[in-house]
Amino acid sequence: MIGPSGCGKSSLLRCFNRMNDLIPDTRVKGKILLDDVDIYDPKARPTDIRARVGMVFQKPNPFPKSIFANVAYGLSIQGKFSRSEISQRVEKSLRDAWLWDEVKDRLSSPAMSLSGGQQQRLCIARALANQPRILLLDEPTSALDPQSTAKIEELCLALKDQVTILIVTHNIAQAGRISDYTAFMYLGELVEFDQTSQMFTVPKDSRTEAYLTGVFG
Amino acid sequence: MTRRELKNKAGQGLLALMLLITAALLLIFLFSIFKRGLGVISWEFVTQPPRNGMTAGGIFPAIVGTFWLTLLSILIALPLGILCAVYLHSYGRPRWFMRAVKVAIDTLAGIPSIIYGLFGMALFVNMLGMDVSMLAGSLTLAVLALPLIINASEEAMRGVPKDFIEASIALGATQRQTILRVILPTALPNILTGAIISIGRVAGETAPIMFTAATFYSRRLPRSVTDEVMALPYHIFALMTEGSKGAQQVPSPTEALWCCFCWCWEFHRRQSSSAIGSGGPDNGKDSYLRTEAQPLVWRQPRITRYRSLSL
Repeated sequence: MIGPSGCGKSSLLRCFNRMNDLIPDTRVKGKILLDDVDIYDPKARPTDIRARVGMVFQKPNPFPKSIFANVAYGLSIQGKFSRSEISQRVEKSLRDAWLWDEVKDRLSSPAMSLSGGQQQRLCIARALANQPRILLLDEPTSALDPQSTAKIEELCLALKDQVTILIVTHNIAQAGRISDYTAFMYLGELVEFDQTSQMFTVPKDSRTEAYLTGVFG
Repeated sequence: MTRRELKNKAGQGLLALMLLITAALLLIFLFSIFKRGLGVISWEFVTQPPRNGMTAGGIFPAIVGTFWLTLLSILIALPLGILCAVYLHSYGRPRWFMRAVKVAIDTLAGIPSIIYGLFGMALFVNMLGMDVSMLAGSLTLAVLALPLIINASEEAMRGVPKDFIEASIALGATQRQTILRVILPTALPNILTGAIISIGRVAGETAPIMFTAATFYSRRLPRSVTDEVMALPYHIFALMTEGSKGAQQVPSPTEALWCCFCWCWEFHRRQSSSAIGSGGPDNGKDSYLRTEAQPLVWRQPRITRYRSLSL
């Protein structure tokens, strides 16, 4: 999802795991179907939805706990996994997030001791531990240096066979590099949605074209 | 030297002078106490009960009494205060009701401690029939410590970055799990700082225990919570008001010992709060510890504001 600041990208993204529920007096209209079930159905449990739809935020936000405890958090709160299952899945998630080799010898050291890029990959690993169907990334690289950004982008490409990724980005080039489909939003409205290759070459809407070519935004 | 530089220097000089005056007052105060009191402090003084109409012996029962009073009152006030703060912080609704509760808490914090004493006497001693006892005194002190602990805890929880809370919710945690596993552990160092400050406050109060727990003289140590006890601040007060020549019979040794306690406590507080506050290596990059450690420093004036209102 691309678009200028304040166009509602993050608000839309936060609809997909009901994070907007946290904002008092929020109203949501319409439906979001996950496996043919509306996640805004009154009977749907937000905690279950959030376990199936992982989220990574703009600023790396590991808990002030150990590396292991961070990744194990989502599993341990569900209270249905044994210790050995948890440590297996923690290892798998860390491998999937390309962090295992860097942290395998210091799983009990504080997550805050990692670098910014590592912290963000830890947050991805933390979200992956729940084995989500969908991963929401809210500008995951905007607080990172170019090298860490490149690594996260590669990681997204590697992960997209395993999990559906919805990513919000300010970086048009990044959207072009890593996405299959792109949505362009402007002033709270979805202007255009198409295959990335299509939209980046022949945008249908003039506003999309103006944004992609850098006339505004 | 230009005008601006001169002004800068003059301002700095003024600040240094103020600091000097404050420090001098404190040093004179401590010196006068220690000059007369230090010579009397001995092993016997801290381990023996008073003898010969309080003119000899020691203050052991008062030390023990103050210890128990403080411990009991904090054991009552800390869980109550933290739980109140959790509700205020995380569940507080409806909003007008929470505002009313907060006004009540702040008012409670501003009430002079003698009023607590009278209230404790009316409620615990007379109405609930506890008599003058350690329990009544501890409950009164707990009421006094509650607003301090609630305010400190709530502020500590408000200091927990929203990022952590969102991260926890986004992983499928319930509000209860988020509070127990993320908010409280993160806020704990600051909550404990608040608790330690209120321990200092509670231990030093005279007025609330005057009518509820303290006794002038007791040879034996308290055996249960229904016993009345000797307590250090009341002991000093009582010795001062007992005779006819107040100015000449200042209980300096007890005061000196009390100052030593305060020092030890303050030293310990600094040690422990810096130890908990900065646990774990801090690489400085987006680390919450660096930014969040600040409130420890600036929160204190808010609490000392209440302290200045005590008798």
